[in-house]
Amino acid sequence: MTATPANAQVLETMSALFVSLPHCATLGFQYLGTEGRKPTLKVEWREDLVGNPASGTIHGGVITSLVDTTSAVSVTACLPDFETIATLDLRIDYLKAATPGKAIYCRAECYRLASQIAFTRAVCYHDDPADPIAHGVATFMRESSRASMLKEGT
Amino acid sequence: MSEFMQQLAALRDDNNVAALCEAIPYARLMGVEVSTGDDGELLFQLPFYPRNVGNTVLPALHGGLIGGFLENAALLHLIWHRESLEAPKIVDFSLDYLRSGRPQTLFARCEITKQGKRVAHVLIEAWQEDRRKPVAVARAHFLLTQ
Repeated sequence: MTATPANAQVLETMSALFVSLPHCATLGFQYLGTEGRKPTLKVEWREDLVGNPASGTIHGGVITSLVDTTSAVSVTACLPDFETIATLDLRIDYLKAATPGKAIYCRAECYRLASQIAFTRAVCYHDDPADPIAHGVATFMRESSRASMLKEGT
Repeated sequence: MSEFMQQLAALRDDNNVAALCEAIPYARLMGVEVSTGDDGELLFQLPFYPRNVGNTVLPALHGGLIGGFLENAALLHLIWHRESLEAPKIVDFSLDYLRSGRPQTLFARCEITKQGKRVAHVLIEAWQEDRRKPVAVARAHFLLTQ
C-alpha cells in the first residue's frame, strides 16, 4: 500500500509556502507534487546559478538549497498537524557533475519522524532517480519555534 | 587548464580576491563579498538581502543559502591557497546549523585542515555579530586531481 500524506492540508500549504520563500523563488524552485510521501521539486538550469563558468555547471549551493527545501517538504508530508521545523544538519554527496543546460529534480523522503527530530534522505537527478547527481541526508528539529511559519498563524 | 582557471590564476596573482568571487555567477546572485583580513586570510561576507530569506516570519536567512555561501567560501579559499590551477571538485559537504541566520551580514572564514595529493579537507565557520556564537559550521572534501 502506498503511504499517503499524514495530513494533506499540511503538505499542500507547507509545500506552497516553502517554494514561495524569497530564496527559493529567487532560484526558481517548482513543486511538482508528492508521490505517497515523497515530494519532487525542480530547478531549471540558469546562467546566474552557475558555479563554474568554464563548464556551465550549476553551483553546488543551489543543490544544497534544493535538497534542504525538498527534504523539509518531505517532513511536512509526515506531520499530523502544522508545526515549524528547522534544519539541524545536512550532508550532500556529489556523485557526479550536473549536466549544464538540464533541469535538476530532487525527490526526498522523511524515513523517520521521531518526537523531536525528523530524518530525511534525498536524491537529485536529471532524468532518472536511479542515476543520481547528488545524495543528501538531513535532520530537522520539530517544533523549532513558537512563531508559526505561516503569517496567518495557522 | 580551463580559461576560467587561468582567469582565476591571473586574479590571484594580482591579489584581486573581490574579482575572483565576482567571476562566479551564483556567488554574485547571492551577493557574496570577500576581502583579505588583517592577518592576510580571506574573510567572506554576505550582506543581508531580502531575496536570501528562507523564513519570512522570524525572519531568517535560508538554510540552503547559508550552505551555498559556505561551500562557495571553501572552494574559493582552496583555489586561493593552492599552487595548482586545476579546479578542485567538491566530493561531499556537511553542514551543522547552530543558530538561525538573522537579517544581517553573515561572515565566514575557512581553514584547510589537510591538503593531500588527491583530497583536501576544509573547515568553514559562519557567524554574525559575535564570532564566538557561530550560525553554522561546515566541512567539505574536495578532489584535487582530475
